[in-house]
Amino acid sequence: MSGSSWDVERIRKDFPILHEEVHGKPLVYLDNAATSQKPNVVIEALVDYYAKQNSNVHRGLHQLSERATEAYEEARVRIQRFLNAAHSREIIFVRGATEGINLVAQTYGRRAVRAGDEVVITALEHHSNIVPWQMLCEEKHGTLRVAPINDAGEVDFEAYEALLGERTRLVAIAHVSNALGTILPVHRMSETAHRRDIPVLVDGAQAAPHLCVDVQALDCDFYTFSGHKTYGPTGIGVLYGKTELLEQMPPFHGGGDMIKSVSFEKTIYNDLPYKFEAGTPHVAGAIGLGAALGYLEDLGLDRIAAYEHELLVYATDRLSSLPGVRLIGTARDKAAVLSFVVEGVHAHDVGTILDLEGVAVRAGHHCAMPVMTRFDIAATTRASLALYNTREEIDLLTRGLGKVREVFR
Amino acid sequence: MSDLRELYQQVILDHNRKPRNFRTLTSPTGRAEGYNPLCGDRVTVEVALEDEVIRDIGFQGSGCAISKASASMMTAALKDKTVAEAEETFGRFRAMLTESGSNGEMAGRLDKLAVFAGVREFPSRIKCATLPWHTVHAALAGKTEPVTTE
Repeated sequence: MSGSSWDVERIRKDFPILHEEVHGKPLVYLDNAATSQKPNVVIEALVDYYAKQNSNVHRGLHQLSERATEAYEEARVRIQRFLNAAHSREIIFVRGATEGINLVAQTYGRRAVRAGDEVVITALEHHSNIVPWQMLCEEKHGTLRVAPINDAGEVDFEAYEALLGERTRLVAIAHVSNALGTILPVHRMSETAHRRDIPVLVDGAQAAPHLCVDVQALDCDFYTFSGHKTYGPTGIGVLYGKTELLEQMPPFHGGGDMIKSVSFEKTIYNDLPYKFEAGTPHVAGAIGLGAALGYLEDLGLDRIAAYEHELLVYATDRLSSLPGVRLIGTARDKAAVLSFVVEGVHAHDVGTILDLEGVAVRAGHHCAMPVMTRFDIAATTRASLALYNTREEIDLLTRGLGKVREVFR
Repeated sequence: MSDLRELYQQVILDHNRKPRNFRTLTSPTGRAEGYNPLCGDRVTVEVALEDEVIRDIGFQGSGCAISKASASMMTAALKDKTVAEAEETFGRFRAMLTESGSNGEMAGRLDKLAVFAGVREFPSRIKCATLPWHTVHAALAGKTEPVTTE
């Protein structure tokens, strides 16, 4: 696809924050892996909900409650479509990917993992796909096994396969690495695990905004992502799980909405997905997320991925040509994330200087300290791109890096 | 560039490039580690006290230009000072970076350390500048737990 068929200037008009200034300069927002900006349709959906629909869901007999319930459940169906899940009951609203992973660890994990059992992850994981499994393994006296990565930041597939064994109870892997941008061969990894009857959880926080996700084609057992990284509101996310697994699992939180009947002697839990949605949910967030996914579908996930790839190629080319700049993470299959180090300059100093130029990037360990350790660095500067970024913004990034060199000459 | 030059003053860049007292001591009386989990800055400060006077001081570690220069200039400023003087300087330094109002006067009494006044305008960087000071504070107090800025 050529850049000309992607009308980025028109798209930028949909995002009011992109017209803000920082330090007196136009904002160049390249921190999308941390959180993405929100289009008007999402902001309007939130306002509209609170102005015209706000009510509790699954409760009231009154008209407003029916409106709110309808909008909330419509959002669930939209998410089902977005992930190509077989049933809407397989879509559970959570606060974000972190909660999705913790839910599986604390329900499925606590039942499945016994002393001596193993959970397999990769060396690319975000802390949120490490720590919940560490906590589980500590409690159950299990072992966390880690598939290594090569110098390009790709999973060593043979080593991964060798880790799968009799005691493996679950595989938990990122779809896309937040620190390096590597796209993992999730389908292949899942197939390999399934040959040994091991279920697979995929942390899709960095994939959902950028790739076409089809949970049935990937054949993963769990898939989770965060609304706020997918152009939607904060505080809302999704956990997808296969019906047969979700039905076996005990509830996560106890409370209202997750029950059919309660007495002091016995509580009957509600059906899916409500069994996992205790308490009043983030109704506005779910509706906002539905609007965000609608926006992405209108643009076309394939077209988004193609445009972002084009930007990645351009940015990789530009950054590689800068003296003293070294890219960390050079996987063949990569999302639009550029993690790099500048020789002799700490990432924090790079981040501050870029910020003064109006360029927002992330500097640090990106909640993936083991990745930094693997590459023997303390931190990187990370520019993560989104569908509204432009080549001109990449040029401003490289110009900012020129300033870094000037200061630290 | 004015904000930029305000933060990255030449003397800061110089100390970053050629840090002073960047070494371990042969017989330290106190030692502490500091860590900023936000950016991964790590610093170890060692002191050799004699009758409440800092006879020798050195640091090791890795971090951004601000934290490295701050550690370097701190060691230079604290050598041959009493523990009480060191603590007083730390108090002034922290006040210069975090309290509004008395900025000019504070900076005057901090002598060379006043070059860090520009860090005030960068809230996310204040901890970079204060990390070595929190660490020396722990080393002087004989604490063994690592110090973190969080």
